Amino acid sequence: MPNIESALLDLGGLDVLARRPTPIQRLDPRAKVLVALAFIVTVVSFGKYEVAGLLPLVAYPVALVIVGDLPAGYLLGKLLVASPFALLIGMFNPLLDQSILMEVGPARVSGGWISFASIMLRFGLTVSAALILIATTGFYPVCLALRRLHVPRVLTVQFMLLYRYVFVLGEEAARMARAWSLRAVNARGMPPSVFGSLVGQLLLRALDRAQRLHMAMLARGFDGEIRQAGALRFTGADAVFALGWTAFFIVARCYNLPHLMGGAVMP
Amino acid sequence: MHMADALVSPAVGGAMWAVTGGLIACSARKLNAELDDRRVPLMGVLGAFIFAAQMVNFAIPMTGSSGHIGGGMILSILLGPWAAFVTIASVVTVQALFFADGGLLALGCNIFNMGFFPCFVAYPLIYRKIAGDRPTPTRILAGSVASVVVGLQLGAFGVVLETAGSGVSELPFTAFVLLMQPIHLAIGLAEGLITSAVVNSVRKARPEVLEAALAAGPAGASFSIRRLVVGLGAATILTAGVLSWFASAAPDGLEWSMARTAGAEELATPHNAIHAAAGHVQALTAFLPDYDFRNPQTKADGPAPAVNAATSAAGLIGAAMTLGLVAALGLALKTRRAGSDVAGP
Repeated sequence: MPNIESALLDLGGLDVLARRPTPIQRLDPRAKVLVALAFIVTVVSFGKYEVAGLLPLVAYPVALVIVGDLPAGYLLGKLLVASPFALLIGMFNPLLDQSILMEVGPARVSGGWISFASIMLRFGLTVSAALILIATTGFYPVCLALRRLHVPRVLTVQFMLLYRYVFVLGEEAARMARAWSLRAVNARGMPPSVFGSLVGQLLLRALDRAQRLHMAMLARGFDGEIRQAGALRFTGADAVFALGWTAFFIVARCYNLPHLMGGAVMP
Repeated sequence: MHMADALVSPAVGGAMWAVTGGLIACSARKLNAELDDRRVPLMGVLGAFIFAAQMVNFAIPMTGSSGHIGGGMILSILLGPWAAFVTIASVVTVQALFFADGGLLALGCNIFNMGFFPCFVAYPLIYRKIAGDRPTPTRILAGSVASVVVGLQLGAFGVVLETAGSGVSELPFTAFVLLMQPIHLAIGLAEGLITSAVVNSVRKARPEVLEAALAAGPAGASFSIRRLVVGLGAATILTAGVLSWFASAAPDGLEWSMARTAGAEELATPHNAIHAAAGHVQALTAFLPDYDFRNPQTKADGPAPAVNAATSAAGLIGAAMTLGLVAALGLALKTRRAGSDVAGP
């Protein structure tokens, strides 16, 4: 089962991108978290038939991917892998909503197709915003930023421990699955009975590990609370980044820029 | 079962963020009060365990397809509901951030659907009642299957409600229910069996783990009152959210004035489904530019969005210009970066 290893590689790959030395990666994680949230709220707040008005917002992922030196093809691949749910549900719109909303020469475009295009555009924008956040910031800095933004410590510590041990236990699971597949040459997929005991075994190993981890933490003076170190400095550049993008989102939300431009050039 | 941002409206997404945030704050307070410092590494490692176990696929008998576990009930049984809820929240968040499973706005919905129902409804009301304080393998089996099935059914119904409430998808409510519930019944049965296999294997090898979880978890009367308060609080916020949905589903000024090519917020009725399936009626409506004719009552106060060729053309030209500008911005940034790379050390 090579897919476990590739999933783990994938998980780590996004984080590695955050170490590139570009101006975006150097910004305060809090600024990037807040801008990403503002972006997502802006995108989903548009009406369901809006396509043109969403287009100026494409500037945000494009600018971050280029300035942040991120591999666009890699991120697009992740988008494609995640798309089936939105595609599946959105697909019904062209079938169920056939009222004509637009005429392009002889062709008539139904509302369903427009809202479907809108769903897919929003999907691409919001998902890429989340991926770009991690790829420009890294997961631990995002956790630190969340803690500074008053997310409960139980949750931020849980994020960090989860992320730390996903790789350890993921590799453990991959080894077990590989051992099984080497011994079950003709099997097409793992039968549930095997899966149950394999996962049970994995769970026992996880419990052992948690116990060792706890003792190791106690040996290092753990008193029930994990203190997250790391100084964050919110500088002028961070403020410019956060305010600039937020202002752009507000303008793009309040004025339909493509319509204004199109209207200006039309006689 | 992960909902995507694109299908969630801000009102629904925001309300579910509020509910989920409240539940997490509540759970955090509860866990801090318990002062059991073994729980911190245990939650982290078990979250990672669920993540790792979800990467292993098993074959679904007789279908030729494969599935993976959700794991909410396993966590509830091993950690108790409060810690399990926080752990599920962390798993769903990491999936949203790294694998684009669901989005950040839909995160509140997703954590609620996959965490609240198994941890705070199915576990205390079904699993604990069936399994009792001295669980036997049979009781664990019955409790796991029943609680996982109920938890998943409620979660799937949550997805339907939230999607319908957001109004982005045209999928009729009944059709969506009929699509989601049977699929999740099958998934629930499989997951219930696997949950009981996993819990029973732990019980055989390490009975003290389950006993510790039972002792740490909420027992009987002291819990039910708090749970009721949490549940009621959640229900109140949920209602507020649904109300705000109604407020925003009624076409408000912003929405209608913004969208030049705005359309009807069509109420998805079974009639529409039949209408679409019949297919040929569509040919008739296509000749009626004033498509309001189809659905006169639904939008009394919105301006009729005229199919105006000039507006359409302006929109298309503007869209092309916008994309051109974005491309130009990208190129400019790219050349600037290339320049600074050369100038750099």
